[in-house]
Amino acid sequence: MADISSNFLGIKSPNPFWLASGPPTDKKYNVLRAFEAGWGGVVWKTLGSQVKNVSSRYSAVDFNGHRVMGFNNIELISDRPLEINLREIREVVREFPDRAVIVSLMADNNKESWHDLIKQTEDTGAHGIELNFGCPHGMSERGMGSSVGQNPDIAKMIVEWVMETATIPVITKLTPNVHSVVPTAKASVEGGTNALSLINTIQSITGIDLDNFVPNPNVGGKSTYGGYCGPAVKPIALKMVASLSLNSYTNKVPISGIGGISTWRDAVEFMLLGSTTIQVCTAVMTHGFRIVEDMIEGLNNWMDEKEFQTTNDFIGKSVPYLTKWGYLDMNYHVVADINQEKCISCGLCYITCEDTSHQAINVEFGNPYNKYTIKEDDCVGCNLCMLVCPVNDCITMLEKRKGSEYLNWLEYQKRGLPLNDH
Amino acid sequence: MTIKNNRLTAQQYKEKFADIHPPFETSGAALLEANRCLFCFDAPCTKACPTSIDVPKFIKQISTGNMKGSALTILSSNIMGGSCARVCPVEKLCEGSCVLHNRQEPPIHIARLQRYSTDMALKSQWNLFKRKNSRGKKVAAVGAGPAGLSCAHWLARQGIDVTIYEKENEAGGLMTYGIAAYKVTPEFCREETDFITSIGGIEIKYNEELGRDLSLADLKKNYDAVFLGIGVGLTRQLEIPGENLEGVVDAIRFIYEIRKDGFSKTAVGDKVAVIGMGMTAIDAATQAKRLGAREVTMIYRRTEKEKPCTDEELEIAKLDGCNIIWLASPKEIHGENGKVRSLLCSKMELGEPDDSGRKFPFDTGETFVLEVDMVIKATGQVPYTDMLQSNRIKLSSGKIRIDANCTTNVGAVFAGGDCVNGGKEVVDAVEAGKEGAKSILKYLGITD
Repeated sequence: MADISSNFLGIKSPNPFWLASGPPTDKKYNVLRAFEAGWGGVVWKTLGSQVKNVSSRYSAVDFNGHRVMGFNNIELISDRPLEINLREIREVVREFPDRAVIVSLMADNNKESWHDLIKQTEDTGAHGIELNFGCPHGMSERGMGSSVGQNPDIAKMIVEWVMETATIPVITKLTPNVHSVVPTAKASVEGGTNALSLINTIQSITGIDLDNFVPNPNVGGKSTYGGYCGPAVKPIALKMVASLSLNSYTNKVPISGIGGISTWRDAVEFMLLGSTTIQVCTAVMTHGFRIVEDMIEGLNNWMDEKEFQTTNDFIGKSVPYLTKWGYLDMNYHVVADINQEKCISCGLCYITCEDTSHQAINVEFGNPYNKYTIKEDDCVGCNLCMLVCPVNDCITMLEKRKGSEYLNWLEYQKRGLPLNDH
Repeated sequence: MTIKNNRLTAQQYKEKFADIHPPFETSGAALLEANRCLFCFDAPCTKACPTSIDVPKFIKQISTGNMKGSALTILSSNIMGGSCARVCPVEKLCEGSCVLHNRQEPPIHIARLQRYSTDMALKSQWNLFKRKNSRGKKVAAVGAGPAGLSCAHWLARQGIDVTIYEKENEAGGLMTYGIAAYKVTPEFCREETDFITSIGGIEIKYNEELGRDLSLADLKKNYDAVFLGIGVGLTRQLEIPGENLEGVVDAIRFIYEIRKDGFSKTAVGDKVAVIGMGMTAIDAATQAKRLGAREVTMIYRRTEKEKPCTDEELEIAKLDGCNIIWLASPKEIHGENGKVRSLLCSKMELGEPDDSGRKFPFDTGETFVLEVDMVIKATGQVPYTDMLQSNRIKLSSGKIRIDANCTTNVGAVFAGGDCVNGGKEVVDAVEAGKEGAKSILKYLGITD
């Protein structure tokens, strides 16, 4: 059995799976259930000044009959009294000493408020602090949350305030509602943050009621931009995590990866791109805490299969495989191959290639089943047919190099090689 | 042993004749199924449909909540899409060709989805079709079965005024009178006919039979064109001794009585023999059993391999507890006091293929006797040969001969459906009606 425990800046947890700051971590009751289910840690829902929430608060995007591909909320930070939250945090830390308890904070925009909130939080015995610079709705209208995260200077200033007084590790949570997460990440590291976490939610409108024309979620006939998360945002989050891992300044601090993680596979991907721990919210909001059982077992089995002893053996392992487009090998070439024995004749490869790509699939009409074959010379190796094919391993991409040497775009230009091969 | 009616309670009848392919219970279930569809290019299911319904399109429309669109997609290809969803042998047509079979998965339940869509259209009485203004042209259709109704609707859409002459007092033809009650109800047939005629420009005159109440010459005189969709008549005679005994009945008439008189009024024997293995034979055998016959035995002169019904239909008969005897042919019906007592059968053996391409059964000389009190004949229906010949309509093997334009040898007289093909599926008759209508439009010089 592999060792799947995590050590994040000295914050230890039996596994790298934490619950992200959000509704599942708003109370002792939920957090105890999460720990009983096996979660390695929690980031307690953001504490700050007393707020009041609206009803309703969530909406979702379904896809082809599958519920909640994407999830959206307009909920604010914790709306429970600060003292109750602090008391419950203290109790949870005592009851589960082997789990990580990090507290998300969003103080009012002055140094005193931050100092005061940090002191009260540290008094609970919590193991770390996460600064919420990401909430894109409600709080941002009050100059907090993503309003901070979108401005590197302000973010740096607040991190500095925090670092003046914090004695436990500080994680700065970033907003994706920026052209690049790197500037604020850099500023936060400059300000002294011990770690980074990302992504918070993405501003969104998930849909509109076509009968009454009100966007979701409906609050008394009106709506507002919400924060988007869930499986749909995972690719965006992965890219943002990677951009921090590739940056020589931001990759000096550990990352806690967040964004659409539902399974051990998702988690491993975030870790391969440099996340030391990962955080989950939407997946437990749609399936309950017990999903962690498979996450633990799946990670364990995968690590055993790959002969990794600890998570450190693979954290960041995929980062070197990312490069700029200009360094990709132009001599590398693949062409599609259809396994006729597996083909079920649905024709999706044909119609997508014919209508939207390179007309590289040939059809022989039959009754009732047509036969589809690849026109190798016309195939540019785009993968589209393989992606839309509903049969596993029916369409594969075969390597047919154009030349033996590695030849990137820069070199290609330098040599004046022909551009148009149509 | 007696032949009697009213063998079961009202509740038992209700249970025995309940819908064999019930609709989706919830829209969620229909959506789940619709979302399984791959939306194939040049879809095999569409190619396998005699009316070429764009199946992937109507299923996609269900999944997007465009229910009116999905109903129109179905009904513009097949105006009896509701009937076909209930009675089509889909296992050898659309569902049988679904590509999911090639992935070793159950096919999309196309018929059930089609029923989901068309039921909603009929129930909501959506006005999906707009009739063009009347062009002052009149067409007579003979027979309000699937061919006649389909032809009439297609013509009515184009602004033709159609009068349908129907010999029964209900429309639907074999849909109404010749199909097992657990597949389709008379109420549904009525609802569907109302939906079809709601487009306007279609009048159905009931209890008017060609050759009895009206003549082809008059129709030709009074209308710009005539479409014959008269179907086929009663079952072929067995031509064996004892055929006239009390208790020997025609399968079509037996099914007709169930539909016309109701379950409790239809008499059935204790021990019933059904001759034949087509769809009608199955419908007769299963319904005899469901009406309370103690024993039903189906007799077919070839083997299971040559049977005309589908595997699925045979399965219904087997599940109903009908006995099946392959390679047996009726030789003589014995009676007592003018009533059926037993059936003498020859054991058969298969020889070389005959004209139909199936192996021809030979009498081995060996016989056996079945003790029965009722014999239902379902050995194929006979066309209305005499009536047609007296109207100088040319036939070939009893079927009306038409050319590529659905035209008979008599000018301005078109034909389609069972009377032309000898008796196929409802969906084939619907397509024939459509083709007939197109030919009539061409004949009338209507091209827009």
